[in-house]
Amino acid sequence: MLRYTLKRLLSLAISLAVASVVIFVAIEVVPGDPASYMLGINARPDTVAALREELGLNMSPPERYIAWVGGLLQGDFGTSYTYRTPVAEMISERLWVSLPLALFALALSTLVAFPAGIIAATRRGSKWDLGIMGVTQLGIAVPNFWFAMLMVLVFAINLRWFSAGGFPGWDEGLFAGLKALLLPAVSLALPQASILARVMRSALLDTLDEDFIRTARAKGLTRRQVLRRHALRNALIPVLTIIGLQFSFLLAGAIIIENVFFLPGLGRLVFQSISARDLIVVESVVMLLVFAVVVVNFAVDLAYAAIDPRLRKRR
Amino acid sequence: MSLLAIENLSLAIHGAPILRDVSFTVDEGQIVGVIGESGSGKSMTALSVMGLLPAGAQARGKVIFEGRDLLAASEAELCALRGAGIGMVFQEPMTALNPVQTIGAQVAETVLIHGAGSRAEAMARAREVLNRVGLPAERFPLSRYPHELSGGQRQRVVIAMAIALRPRLLIADEPTTALDVTTQAQILRLLKRLVAEDGMGLLLITHDLGVVADMADEMVIMKAGEVVERGAGQGFFARMQHPYTRALFEASSHVPERTAQVEERPLLEVRNVSRDYALARTALFAPARRFRAVDGVSFEIRRGESLGLVGESGCGKSTLTRAILGLEEVQEGEILIDGQPVFSGHRVNLAVRRKMQVVFQDPYGSFNPRWKVARLVAEPFHLLGARPPDWRERVGAALESVGLEAADMEKYIHEFSGGQRQRIAIARALILRPELIILDEAVSALDVSIRAQILDLLADLSERFGLTYLFISHDLSVVRAITDRVLVMRAGRIVEEGPTDEVFAKPQHAYTKTLIEAAPELPQVAAQ
Repeated sequence: MLRYTLKRLLSLAISLAVASVVIFVAIEVVPGDPASYMLGINARPDTVAALREELGLNMSPPERYIAWVGGLLQGDFGTSYTYRTPVAEMISERLWVSLPLALFALALSTLVAFPAGIIAATRRGSKWDLGIMGVTQLGIAVPNFWFAMLMVLVFAINLRWFSAGGFPGWDEGLFAGLKALLLPAVSLALPQASILARVMRSALLDTLDEDFIRTARAKGLTRRQVLRRHALRNALIPVLTIIGLQFSFLLAGAIIIENVFFLPGLGRLVFQSISARDLIVVESVVMLLVFAVVVVNFAVDLAYAAIDPRLRKRR
Repeated sequence: MSLLAIENLSLAIHGAPILRDVSFTVDEGQIVGVIGESGSGKSMTALSVMGLLPAGAQARGKVIFEGRDLLAASEAELCALRGAGIGMVFQEPMTALNPVQTIGAQVAETVLIHGAGSRAEAMARAREVLNRVGLPAERFPLSRYPHELSGGQRQRVVIAMAIALRPRLLIADEPTTALDVTTQAQILRLLKRLVAEDGMGLLLITHDLGVVADMADEMVIMKAGEVVERGAGQGFFARMQHPYTRALFEASSHVPERTAQVEERPLLEVRNVSRDYALARTALFAPARRFRAVDGVSFEIRRGESLGLVGESGCGKSTLTRAILGLEEVQEGEILIDGQPVFSGHRVNLAVRRKMQVVFQDPYGSFNPRWKVARLVAEPFHLLGARPPDWRERVGAALESVGLEAADMEKYIHEFSGGQRQRIAIARALILRPELIILDEAVSALDVSIRAQILDLLADLSERFGLTYLFISHDLSVVRAITDRVLVMRAGRIVEEGPTDEVFAKPQHAYTKTLIEAAPELPQVAAQ
């Protein structure tokens, strides 16, 4: 297991190194001069020259890459050109919204999807199954920003239970923070839960068809015991894959929902930085998101190995 | 009173009749063999006893175990009985165990689930039972996982789970079908010993008459959901009356008539072939380890000859087959057909490749279900570059030569039975008029009566088209029936080679002797 973990760690480090090069090349090298790009076509030559100096563009690309990565490793993400504040501060501020939101949505989606998938699989073909499959079909089909606006209409404007958007900050207390994140989290969780429930159902149906389930029944286990002791753990592998993908997506892909609810999250930060041509911020946030994705994948890999002994030996 | 009495058991699944008036008994310490081909209802009979019938099944009649009718028992009562009063062993040891739990936990579960002891006691019992089935502690600690064991070892674990609580009745449904002959013999000996030691009844279900011939105290022959004949095991085949039983017996030891001419010049020459596989590295920068699957093998097949290649799983026979077919390159040696190499450089020599075709074991998995038969059979034409203009006529002719109709080419593969599918596979192999056909366990998955027909067909085709066969099988009786010469392969090497009759009559190598001794054999019965 230790060897497996070390190997996964090695592959994590390699992924990050490769990703950093790709991001650096894509943003700094390819589209011409970043300074004139950031300042727009009407900029005066001396302003461009000043920015070039500030960005270190007079250094060679390898030197700049090393300076950038060196900074990242020390937590120095550079200074935003538009806001004139350290990028690290901006990111950590936004992360305090995006990370809780992603975790909240993931928790909601898992809490709903697991029971729904299990009920649908164990009562295959029943009204329950048909109902769950119908609802999840709808959950996947409905665009989540539309669903988000619908919820704002019902719960914020008509019922006035929630505010229509914005984030009060965690200083206002845990409850106030969670309350502000509830509607966004529900809108994010809806499609995720629908997909997860369907994956859970089909994984469980496949597992329940396996020979070892029949063997367990022949030992005298009841249906419920078979499900708990043998089927669930085996069905978890495809489900974990999806959870890993979903978490990465939630962290970065919540842009639309963040915009609907005026949440100061990472997604909006990327969006705003791109509009403002603030390449320093874009570069760092994208790198951070890549880091999150790679770390989540690493965690999923470890979870696989914890579940399935066959994976610990292989490779 | 019998331990188990099945009385007029009838079964229908969603209205379709499966069993009709099945009756037989199992006494304590008695081995009852239930024999039948696929679809005979033998497994459904066992599942009726266990109360594990599929959804939509309706059973009538009585299944009386120790005086209690199990068909009338509640699910809770049945759960209490399964694993404690009645144990069951299934066919597929490779998939019968939960891959994510240790063997210790799985055997102990039988004890735990029935409340027969604490966790520690259950683990102690698991250890004891695993020892009993021949998995000693030093080599098979409780912490082993199923994927670390071979098929035969896994089947021992399944048996350990079934007998952990010393049930009065053990049901074994094709317990050795998926195993090699030597492993099969060991498992059968183990079952026999357990029956003798514990005095339990054993209901042994099989399609193979040979397996039960010298083991069962009582024989029950089933066909299409009915018991057609029953009788004491001793001397059963001398007394058998029912035409189906006789047909089954004859099909089991069927020897097709072969009159093909064998020429002197070789068609296939395999010279000193070796094939290595790279294994996973033990450490990141450690040298890659290699596994030699085929080790310096040489042989030849003459035109018109039928050569058998016998060996157990893992002996390298599949690797050798793939090498001959040009699916994999070999590291050493060469393979020639008609004096031409299969590989020229690193590419398969198509002109040579089209002289041979292959028929695989699984008639269900080896066809694309979305293609019509015409397209399936015509597929080898890609070796010619393009399909000839008369390809449909040729497909029709190939289908007719294997006993099907030309019109069958418009059907899909699911419309055919296992035996018919294997005929289609043979038609596919014949379409290019090859000279060599490799039969890789081609009849192993078939019922004995179907197998006999396919063997006759192969003998007939060999004569009509001047075919040469390489017959690869783990089943000695089949190889004996259809080959002129036989090679015995073990751990990548050919350990014995000779005319089939001689090798079977006077095996030289110790391994060949073991194989022949382990193979179940039917008693000789004088023709009546």
